[in-house]
Amino acid sequence: MSAYLHAFGAHLPERVVTNEEMAARVGKTAEWIEGASGIRERRWAAPETSVVDLAAAAAEDCLQRGVVAARSLGMIIVASGSAPPGFPGPAAAVAARLGLEGTPALDVPMASAGSLFGLALAARMVEVYGDVLVIGAEKMSAVVEAAALDVNTAVLFGDGAGAALVSARPGRWEILDCVLHSDGQFREDLAFDWTSPLRMNGLSVILQASRKIPAAISEVLMRNGIAAGDVSAFLLHQANHNLLVRVAKALGVAPEHVYSNVARYGNTSSASMLIAASEWAAGNPAAGPIVFAAFGAGFHWGAVLARST
Amino acid sequence: MSEATRRERLVGVLKKVTNQPLPGDEESLFESGLLDSFALPDLVSALEAEFSIQVPDRDLNPRKFDSIARIEAYLNEHVQ
Repeated sequence: MSAYLHAFGAHLPERVVTNEEMAARVGKTAEWIEGASGIRERRWAAPETSVVDLAAAAAEDCLQRGVVAARSLGMIIVASGSAPPGFPGPAAAVAARLGLEGTPALDVPMASAGSLFGLALAARMVEVYGDVLVIGAEKMSAVVEAAALDVNTAVLFGDGAGAALVSARPGRWEILDCVLHSDGQFREDLAFDWTSPLRMNGLSVILQASRKIPAAISEVLMRNGIAAGDVSAFLLHQANHNLLVRVAKALGVAPEHVYSNVARYGNTSSASMLIAASEWAAGNPAAGPIVFAAFGAGFHWGAVLARST
Repeated sequence: MSEATRRERLVGVLKKVTNQPLPGDEESLFESGLLDSFALPDLVSALEAEFSIQVPDRDLNPRKFDSIARIEAYLNEHVQ
């Protein structure tokens, strides 16, 4: 595999929904929300803003940071679990917004783990298609507002989009390896179909995620002979701060090695991992191996290993 | 391992994980508030360590660990 990460980008809506506002909606306290999730606030898009709007803004930010023109892209991949149902998916509209005509645009209709799967796909696609832009975009506020949710679930979600530019051209980080897994036997434990409220069996989701995320990370590290303690940053799906801390503990690394911005943005599903990567990269991070990982509805999970060049 | 020993060790694990008095055998550990979504993985890991077993992914179903009776039944089936 010869694939490189050149740049990340992100877009967050302006409107901040604080725990105080959310607490009033669900009949809990702001402190309870923060204690249960580590979330202090999240961003919600305006009613007229679409998943495509969020995705296009993150795409443009990433292209600007990567100093690449949209017309040079060979493919775009758009991951979203909250795009409106039906066809076509958001990828075609995002491609059109970027001015692309004839460039393949692939939808990954996968919540939470979509960006990770997109990244792994892109690492293989660049050899044939050239520069590939991976975007994760979610308007989870629409899911929250579609129907009354369980209190434990309603407080978690935020809107946003993240993006990554992957290329066969040498760049800042080389993608070394990817592991992807799916197991449909628990698919009903986290599901949403727009006709009824999002269903989440939190006990099952946390039990599975707290074991499968460290297992996938260990799998990709072991087969590349890299110790978890040598990884400079773990860039994970930002589901819940308590889960991120648990993953760090399972890997035997200090919690600060697992990047966390869930306090400010909440759980933005498939957008979260690339939003985290974008913020982390903007902070002029230390050299060394980095690991992306995610777990989400399906269940789908996995990890991607890269290192600075 | 006798069933009595297994039960004694199970009770020890549960007390260590929950740090609270245990409910009746059939009572839900989740509904009683003894276990939440983050304590459940701790319980499963502690059971694996105590009984030298590996709970496979297909058995990572909260219902299997919802009460002392259910956990005991699982252990009776999987621990020699």
